[in-house]
Amino acid sequence: MTSPVLCALQEALVGGAVEIVDLTQTLSPDFPTIVLPPELGQSAPVRIERISHYDGSGPAWYWNNLSFGEHTGTHFDAPVHWYTGRDLPLNSVDCLPTRHMIAPACVIDCSRSAAADADFLLTKAEVLSWEAAHGRIPAGSWVLMRSDWSKRSGAAYANLAADGAHTPGPDAEVMEWLVAERDIIGFGTETIGTDAGQGGHFHPPYPAHHFLHGAGRYGLQCLTNLDRLPPTGTMIIAAPLKILHGSGSPLRVLALVPRG
Amino acid sequence: MTGHFGKPQRKNPLARTRQPLLPPAARSRRAHELTAAAAEGRFALQRCGGCGAFAYPVREACPNCLSADLILADAPDTGFVLSVTAAEVPADNYFRERAPWRVGLVQFDCGPTALCHLHAACTTGIPVQLFLKLDKAGQAVFFAAPREGKFDMADDPQWRELTADPRHRRVLITDGRHPVTGSLVARLREAGAGDIFVGVPEDWKPFAGREALERHEGVNLLPLDVTSETSVADFTRDYGAKIEIVINTADFVRPGGILASGQINPTRDAMEVIVFGMMRLAQSLAPVMIARGADGAAGAAAWVNLLSIYAEAHSPGFAAYGATQAAALALSHALRAELGAGGVRLINVLSGPTESEWFQPLQQPKVAHKAIADAVVDGLRRGLEDIYVGDVAKDLHQRLKTNPKAVERELGRERP
Repeated sequence: MTSPVLCALQEALVGGAVEIVDLTQTLSPDFPTIVLPPELGQSAPVRIERISHYDGSGPAWYWNNLSFGEHTGTHFDAPVHWYTGRDLPLNSVDCLPTRHMIAPACVIDCSRSAAADADFLLTKAEVLSWEAAHGRIPAGSWVLMRSDWSKRSGAAYANLAADGAHTPGPDAEVMEWLVAERDIIGFGTETIGTDAGQGGHFHPPYPAHHFLHGAGRYGLQCLTNLDRLPPTGTMIIAAPLKILHGSGSPLRVLALVPRG
Repeated sequence: MTGHFGKPQRKNPLARTRQPLLPPAARSRRAHELTAAAAEGRFALQRCGGCGAFAYPVREACPNCLSADLILADAPDTGFVLSVTAAEVPADNYFRERAPWRVGLVQFDCGPTALCHLHAACTTGIPVQLFLKLDKAGQAVFFAAPREGKFDMADDPQWRELTADPRHRRVLITDGRHPVTGSLVARLREAGAGDIFVGVPEDWKPFAGREALERHEGVNLLPLDVTSETSVADFTRDYGAKIEIVINTADFVRPGGILASGQINPTRDAMEVIVFGMMRLAQSLAPVMIARGADGAAGAAAWVNLLSIYAEAHSPGFAAYGATQAAALALSHALRAELGAGGVRLINVLSGPTESEWFQPLQQPKVAHKAIADAVVDGLRRGLEDIYVGDVAKDLHQRLKTNPKAVERELGRERP
């Protein structure tokens, strides 16, 4: 049995009508991770320790031991990550429904505003204005906030000051509204978290985490190449590692993008 | 006399790097009592518990009254030169490479006569100050220097062999975020150190002392994270062969007893920094330092670990930290043996609780970071191995020698 849809997809992929764009940062030891007060528990950083490299420890083979926290690099947040999602069914990455691993995306370009103001906040009014241009956000879509933050690196990427991180993100109202009124599957950013750097001072604190996970929705962060995506028409493939009771995981995020 | 020890010329890239040789190292087990004193910079000799006479060479019985009650005791460190010899063509290769080598018989004011390495200004009959030093083989030897006259000891090439003076040496401070860094850099500059490389883990996180460090001439801030094999290896590829002194300041203090929830993670983090971090640094840097132990007048000389007295006396209130420190101390002894092949000395600086934010609630006296920096530079200049900084560290170290159970019980009452 053949599926005309899959045949068409295959043809589009081979022929170049659909391009696969990698939205993933390289998982490396130097990539910034979330910063919390040091007396709190901390995420382990990404570490890659060599087992052998065609040497005395393994003459014909090269391999490494990896260690990292669930929330390092380009990563996925499951509902159980936040207390608001702790009692939901299917709330950890090991039981994430496979149908949620492929979903359409709406990309909202905030790059100019973020360049002008590191604390730029995406608001409901801006999303409504985006909808006026590109149509209503379909239920079950990812909303990806393009900030071009991924073009930064190191200290400029983390953008830490004495009063915490200064990175763009959504405000509380738009997160509650996107979840309740647009029924999005999740929200994705190029920064270290789905929330703004100063999101801990919002009401409620960390509103993206609060509302997304409380409603069983997902987060994607540390994305890159969002500037290569059209506002609509993209399909996102985001399949986190199947970690027992995992609250999240680094993952490869791919976008299927129509060309031509 | 020798002249002022100026900045050595850059290495001739056409010349082979001279391999490090060591002076003869055979010693009896009892002779290592002197090694222990030299490691701490004390001048000590065997002293008879019966008649009070000082003895040298090291013996099993008092040469005066034959009592076997010979105990190492601090001794008067003065004497006068009986004879001076300059060995022009010594049979031993280590000394032949450094000839002429001056030795002499010295009459100690406390009784014994001994063969000493001599400062270049020593002449027969003059009064001398005596030092018990560790030579390149890590063995205790006597050094005598004139008591009168003004000398910069670091100008004397034989003295330099017995120390790890930072003058003209390039230094790596492994963790620039440690609050000791500012004082350490200042002391090293005053001591005439060459380039100072300061490692910065997680370069993307700001820290308070950064701008002040960057203002120092000759100070280079470089990415270095001892918890990352890649980071340490990459650093070494660029700078491994340019470092003559390592000062490992990487630390990770977290208070708490072992029963507190969530203690495993910070304990593992501490192990990653303090124990595995030292091992990663050692695996990358030590081989090249060993190979450069005799690389010119300011070759690789020392590896300094900043440790805590909790490595010896374990406070339940800092249970994980103590375990990590003890492991680091054990590891340092292995590293000392490895570095010894190149004549590179390993110095452990053990301090009591410091003014670090992590010891904030602890009672005074606490150790100022400036005092640690002073101790490090002093230890390098004198070529020590074991340094205890601050009253708490000194007191615990002494009490452990005489009544370790009392220390354990008393610290046990301080559990959180």
